[in-house]
Amino acid sequence: MATILVHVMPKPEILDPQGKAVGAALPRLGFDGISQVRQGKRFELTVDGEVTDEVLANVRKAAETLLSNPVIEDVVQVKVVREGGCGCGGHGHGAGKAEKDLLA
Amino acid sequence: MTARIGVVTFPGTLDDRDASRAVRLAGAEAVELFHADADLKDVDAVVLPGGFSYGDYLRAGAISRFAPIMDKVVDAANGGMPVLGICNGFQVLTEVHLLPGSMIKNEHLHFICRDQTLRVENAETSWTTEYQDGEEIVIPLKNQDGQYVADDYTLDQLEAEGRVAFRYVGWNPNGSRRDIAGITNERGNVVGLMPHPEHAVEAGFGPDSRESGRMGTDGLAFFTSAIKGLLATA
Repeated sequence: MATILVHVMPKPEILDPQGKAVGAALPRLGFDGISQVRQGKRFELTVDGEVTDEVLANVRKAAETLLSNPVIEDVVQVKVVREGGCGCGGHGHGAGKAEKDLLA
Repeated sequence: MTARIGVVTFPGTLDDRDASRAVRLAGAEAVELFHADADLKDVDAVVLPGGFSYGDYLRAGAISRFAPIMDKVVDAANGGMPVLGICNGFQVLTEVHLLPGSMIKNEHLHFICRDQTLRVENAETSWTTEYQDGEEIVIPLKNQDGQYVADDYTLDQLEAEGRVAFRYVGWNPNGSRRDIAGITNERGNVVGLMPHPEHAVEAGFGPDSRESGRMGTDGLAFFTSAIKGLLATA
């Protein structure tokens, strides 16, 4: 079993209202020095068995077809994390082995 | 002959009843269409109504576009059938690439609900022939993901080909590029817009007009336009 991460971001030329709102809130809370925030999406896709080139090609196609809208978004990363973990550094969503290793 | 206009219901659609009512008030038969059926039931035109299909999960309209009925809608639209996408229906039409561009969150992030003035920029589409070019109409607007965006090349092309069907007047409520409220395809049979004509079809239940409250019926001509066109070609 492996997890494949897909990161989707709004295209650079597209205004990102959510990122802008987050960016405006940061200094109000005392988080200074952050000049811009852009907000994207992260998908964690779990697949059974080996991540072959075919599986990866299929995921890339899914990322371009459903997970993102090419008119407004770019798929910026498709990354494989093996052994059940997602390599996220632990944010409490069912830590797998790889994730525990990262935390250790 | 009575024209048959289909109204599609997706999970999370809200305005299918109002759209059907508008179709009937305009003089056609409203036919219920279901997202999971790959069957247009021999309708002459299709309305994709507003709401939050699939909870707007992923992106507004992103999951609905893969519903079995949408393959049939796309085929029919490419064959010239009049198709109107209102609000969430407009978002579905962009996701399925019948119309260019896309909708993102309103510039100010607020949900907007108001009576909105629009200018009819193209009175030759299947859904606008009963208006005059340049006519101003007032119909309700209610959305959070209503900011129309497209690259400059696409926007220039839309303008040059007269495919901007409606523009916001007075105030741009969501930051849409070039004040665009609705667009049409090259053939003029597919129209999408964010505001809601189906909520302005019966005196007493519409937007406030200059003369009196709730009496606005400026949306009715969307439906009478389509019906007139269908009867003329029947």
